Amino acid sequence: MLKDFFGKSKYVTVERKSRPSRRSSEVEGSGKEGRKEMPDDLWTKCKECKEIIFNKKLAENLKVCPSCGKHFRLTATERISLLIDEGKFEEYDANLEAINPLDFPNYEEKVEKYQRKTGLKDAVITGIGDINGHTVSLAALDSRFLMGSMNSVVGEKLTRAIERAIDQELPLIIVAGGGGGARMYEGMLSLMQMAKTSVALKQLEQAGQLFISILTDPTYGGISASFASLGDINIAEPGAKIGFAGPRVIKQTINKDLPAGFQTAEFLLKYGMIDKVVKRSELKHTLGKILDIHQMGSMRGERDA
Amino acid sequence: MPSNYLDFEKPLVELEEKVNELKSFMEEKEIDLTEEIERLNKRAKVLQEEIFSNLEPWQILQIARHPERPTTLDYIELVCDEFIELHGDRQFSDDKALIGGIGRIGDVPVTIIGHQKGKTTKDNIERNFGMAHPEGYRKALRLMKQADKFNRPIIALINTPGAYPGVGAEERGQAEAIARNMMEMAGIKVPIIVVIIGEGGSGGALGIGVGDRVLMLEYTYYSVCSPEACAAILWKDAKEAETAAKALKITAKDLMELEIVDGIVSEPPGGAHKDYQLSAQLLRDEILKEINKLNELSPEELLKQRYNKFRKMGQIKEESEKILSEL
Ligand SMILES: [Zn+2]
Repeated sequence: MLKDFFGKSKYVTVERKSRPSRRSSEVEGSGKEGRKEMPDDLWTKCKECKEIIFNKKLAENLKVCPSCGKHFRLTATERISLLIDEGKFEEYDANLEAINPLDFPNYEEKVEKYQRKTGLKDAVITGIGDINGHTVSLAALDSRFLMGSMNSVVGEKLTRAIERAIDQELPLIIVAGGGGGARMYEGMLSLMQMAKTSVALKQLEQAGQLFISILTDPTYGGISASFASLGDINIAEPGAKIGFAGPRVIKQTINKDLPAGFQTAEFLLKYGMIDKVVKRSELKHTLGKILDIHQMGSMRGERDA
Repeated sequence: MPSNYLDFEKPLVELEEKVNELKSFMEEKEIDLTEEIERLNKRAKVLQEEIFSNLEPWQILQIARHPERPTTLDYIELVCDEFIELHGDRQFSDDKALIGGIGRIGDVPVTIIGHQKGKTTKDNIERNFGMAHPEGYRKALRLMKQADKFNRPIIALINTPGAYPGVGAEERGQAEAIARNMMEMAGIKVPIIVVIIGEGGSGGALGIGVGDRVLMLEYTYYSVCSPEACAAILWKDAKEAETAAKALKITAKDLMELEIVDGIVSEPPGGAHKDYQLSAQLLRDEILKEINKLNELSPEELLKQRYNKFRKMGQIKEESEKILSEL
């Protein structure tokens, strides 16, 4: 049912180029906890307000709890459906895959497991698509895939998405969502993707292109400490957990309870780290408006160097 | 026995103990044992070479964390002919865990930034164990931009277990500060030499780690996360840290192979803490050599090479059917 909803023409088909056939991606519930409490495919229990929600109703509401407004996590495919105009997405670099450069124990098995589970090759989908008629270079992370952690594949795909934005003079939108930070299994190669994406964003800046970063639940570690924090405009979804260090680590370090609402989107807004908290139902509209205004800037013509 | 020796150094320490015993025995009893002492000293030297040429990653990590290891300020003192520390990020405070300033090495003016650890507990509390807050990274960026303005090469000395995980750090944007530094370092038009002098702890290290040359001292490590944390997550047992240290490929040699770092700076026998003077000399030579090479590049060429260096990092599999490459 959920599948039907996000698959519905109203919310867009994701076109893929040179992509081997694959299972239609499953729509996840609210994450582990939510799934556990699901009596069957018909219901989801909101872990925020404990309300029982019809999955059909939840999907219609863009996977936002109708009673308390909690934003459940979206898959990358769902995110693209949410943001991109119908039939206007072309995926790039879909065939990039992880290797096991460090011979890390059990890494291949882990990757294969998540490939089967998500239908994705790795934790990000990138491509070019239209948002309310504006063509953008888009990347969406998928927090289901090894916690949306960044490895060589994710870093490379993001960097290519940045380079496409530079080459084709497109605004760049990256939807971040990953609690795993830099992926341990690829060691320093993963850590260096933080540097790689960040130095590529410097080039985007020098090319004068717009970058909108959308931070969704969860955005931590190597994800938050690189591209996700570097938008010209940073937007987060309500209630999204965003931070550098995980709350458990902080709690252990300072040996104190953490303040209420710590590391939420609203917390970041209060401390000046993001521009806006935008509800999922308004996200596409907001992006469209920003892109409208941004495009007007070019009416002033070339600026003197 | 000295208190600050590492497990694997035990046979060596025992040998040194024996030499000392013989020496005092010789003095006491007025017997000539010079030959015996000489023999033991030679054996100690061979043993040290043996031990230190076959160190496991976990052992190297222990040397990198050695409490007596020279810190950023120790190196600055010995490498620079002059140094003036400069303070504050101009926004919030002065972070004592990440220091910086301007100085002179011979006839080369430099800006130096680096994580600062303490040696005693009291010192370490003041330095927050080398774990910087956002203001540390922002101070570093301020000084790097200043170096850019006045066309001075930058030396970044990395020695941190990681960026500080605390409430204030999160409030003031630890993630943003680190991300911003990496991005801005890509645009600084003077040579940047990065050297890991002790611990290269994850994002906290990388926050001052984007440069034209990234060097590691011989007995240091650079890791995506601490082996202890990795072991706790993957093997549910922090005692597996030794296994994790190996699996994560964190040594200078490993990272040369992965093309993450550009060079290894030798340390004195037994590690940098055994001979500060020599360590600093070796580091100074290497820094000057690299600065001289980089000074020959135009700013455009410098930035291009720096970008390409980081751009190509990573290892992936790409099926041949892919035709859409824009590269
Ligand atoms: Zn609810």
